[in-house]
Amino acid sequence: MANSDSKRVVVTGMDAITPIGNSLEEYWAGLVAGRSGTARITHFDPSQHASQIAAEVKGFDPGDFLDKKEVKRMDRFSQFAVIAGQRALKHSGLTITDLNAEQIGTCIGSGIGGLKVLEDQQEIYLTRGPSRCSPFMIPMMIANMAAGLTAIHTGAKGPSTCPVTACAAGSNAIGDAFRLIQHGYAQAMICGGTEAAVTPLSVAGFASARALSTRNDDPATASRPFDKTRDGFVIGEGCGILILEELHHALSRGATIYAEIVGYGMTCDAYHMTSPVPGGAGAARCIQMALKDAGIVPEQISYINAHGTSTGANDPTETQAIKTALGDAAYKIAVSSTKSMTGHLLGGSGGIEGVATCLAIANDIAPPTINLHDPDVGCDLDYIPNQSRPMPIEVAISNSFGFGGHNVTLVFQKYRS
Amino acid sequence: MSAETFEKVKKIVSEQLGVEEADVKPEASFANDLGADSLDTVELVMALEEEFGVEIPDEAAEGIATVQDAVNFIEEKAAA
Repeated sequence: MANSDSKRVVVTGMDAITPIGNSLEEYWAGLVAGRSGTARITHFDPSQHASQIAAEVKGFDPGDFLDKKEVKRMDRFSQFAVIAGQRALKHSGLTITDLNAEQIGTCIGSGIGGLKVLEDQQEIYLTRGPSRCSPFMIPMMIANMAAGLTAIHTGAKGPSTCPVTACAAGSNAIGDAFRLIQHGYAQAMICGGTEAAVTPLSVAGFASARALSTRNDDPATASRPFDKTRDGFVIGEGCGILILEELHHALSRGATIYAEIVGYGMTCDAYHMTSPVPGGAGAARCIQMALKDAGIVPEQISYINAHGTSTGANDPTETQAIKTALGDAAYKIAVSSTKSMTGHLLGGSGGIEGVATCLAIANDIAPPTINLHDPDVGCDLDYIPNQSRPMPIEVAISNSFGFGGHNVTLVFQKYRS
Repeated sequence: MSAETFEKVKKIVSEQLGVEEADVKPEASFANDLGADSLDTVELVMALEEEFGVEIPDEAAEGIATVQDAVNFIEEKAAA
């Protein structure tokens, strides 16, 4: 827990590459409009798969931002992070120089890493033998390379790390970056989550685990968190990056401050590899830990960006966890799952949802849960169905939970001097 | 040096290293002129092996510094 004299940390830059928009502006416009990013899979022929739909990033050409050789030696999940990281830094107005490089770091999580390169190389291994495997396979595949490459491309020489906590990875990355700045390891951090796992093996594996929606005939309505007729999550891809910065550092250079990050909670269910503990006790403790860290009471929260995956297990369990953690106040809080629009970016989700939460605070608009028409039994909170809602948002939290039982909650609030 | 071998090598080098074909001159050094790092070099050698059906052992690859060196090695192998 942070002590009373620890540093304040603010959000001074953001960027996102998402299934509903490849820039911060398009992403926010998509969230406010309630746009779905889900369609039939185009990255490979899905006709043999149970789930044939995904929220893919569309119209993205890494060659618009990186040279040909750089594109070739980066898996897609790293391309997203390097481009979003550079653009977020530009958005913050922070320039990395020889003088400050060692005070700025990268912390970018990924749940899966470069699965595409691994699948391609396995094919080469089987058909042409071990001596034909690319020397780039390992460095392209390992999940930490998004953080490593973003450091290389921005010149950030401070702490550099990569939580790999499945679907909680992006939020762990933001929380860890918050702590690194609070404890003086860095003045600013490029942090968030990235994922590009819409690949044949990944879709097959998640489908076998019965985690994916098979609403193949109506992709745009497949991700329907909290709805009675939900049938699994929609796999997505993309990246969300925040620039976190120590408050005085930000003020001294006249930076625009979009929000303040004030709390970080993390717990584990210690229960099952893929299922949340019934009742959501682990997630409830996580939310409470984050509020204690922030010094905030439930009544102060205006908005919750839920994990809200649209799976049978998550949505009622998370609802129960919110009620356990916040008591009666839970019924007065607006809660939405932006995964209804973006699909589930796995390790990237905490990144784009951290961005969504900060933009909700900055714009005083809560994005909706689309495709929600008939809330399931046990799903009885105000989920902002189908229409975004202009409302004052002083304090907002973002939940992320991952396979392995990892629970993470982040608390953001409007910056007040 | 046969023009045919050189043209093939030029094309592969350009593709592998992401450089313009015009920059792939016989005297060009892979490391110093064409920006190849240690991983690029391994990949390039693999691509040349595939194209010409020759084996380039690591000891031999270490001696290949320029485009001309690569062409010479391939032609000697082919003649042997």
